[in-house]
Amino acid sequence: MSDDILATAAAWADAGEQVALATVVETWGSSPRPAGSMLAVTASGRMAGSVSGGCIEGAVAEAARQTIHSGTPQLLDFGISDERAWEVGLACGGKLKVFVERLA
Amino acid sequence: MRRATLDSLLAARAARRPVVLAIRLGDGAQHLWPEEALPGALAEAARTALDLDRPQTLAFDGEAWFLQPFTPPLRLIVVGAVHVAQALAPLAAMLGYAVTVVDPRRAFATEERFAGVALNHDWPDEALAALSPDARTAVVTLTHDPKLDDPALDAALRSPAFYIGALGSTRTHAKRVARLKELGHDEAAIARIAAPVGLDIGAVTAPEIALSIMAEIVQRRRGPRRRAP
Repeated sequence: MSDDILATAAAWADAGEQVALATVVETWGSSPRPAGSMLAVTASGRMAGSVSGGCIEGAVAEAARQTIHSGTPQLLDFGISDERAWEVGLACGGKLKVFVERLA
Repeated sequence: MRRATLDSLLAARAARRPVVLAIRLGDGAQHLWPEEALPGALAEAARTALDLDRPQTLAFDGEAWFLQPFTPPLRLIVVGAVHVAQALAPLAAMLGYAVTVVDPRRAFATEERFAGVALNHDWPDEALAALSPDARTAVVTLTHDPKLDDPALDAALRSPAFYIGALGSTRTHAKRVARLKELGHDEAAIARIAAPVGLDIGAVTAPEIALSIMAEIVQRRRGPRRRAP
């Protein structure tokens, strides 16, 4: 399914949207989506795909907007030992790393 | 990701060419393998990622890398453009399978009954020879007619298809087994056929039967992960 997300990201870029891609690169424990899962996000707030069961999409979308503006990729850590994860609440108790980059 | 890399990825997908996207996580540098070369250990990990169809992470030269395989879509070959096939085709497509429905009976395999689905009107043995099922292909026969199902099953058993299923009762299947033995298939080979097809969820309607078939195909591919309590 990540291919459809990439096709969607390309279509958004063609339509003049600024797009970021987020990819799950590593997981530990019972994380809901496996490594390789992707989320495409636009500066205007459109989303396609997923990197979790919905627990961290909001935080990832926020990081994606930063990356769209800065152009600098980010490697995000989410997990129960992470204060930020407490905030966004990874209810499954898993841990994961998400790579966020701009489509340029 | 550079737009050129994304376009190459999408082109590889359209051409059913497997590729691996290698990302250096420190700075986001990317290579699309094998179109772009990777140094030894990374190329080896890329090959593993493709073989297992699973991403790999590794440290190379003091840097963390993520290798994401993009394999061609799984395929489902459905023999018999029957009512169950009409439910099975869209469900399989939603699960990411590229579906082909094979039926030489043109009254069944019509565009009206299968909007947007690839249809093949050849006799099943010729159709399967042309479609050449590989280890990323599932084959399901639904016609109930030995003249159509048998040549398809014969061809499927001679292929590395990861799933072969045949609609029909236990009694129908016993007769089918006898015929397939006459065609030279032994017990072990014939045991590859899931029959009666699909997980036993008590399916009654065509969409429910389609769901049970796709559930069994997913189970065959991924394997049950939870142990029984």
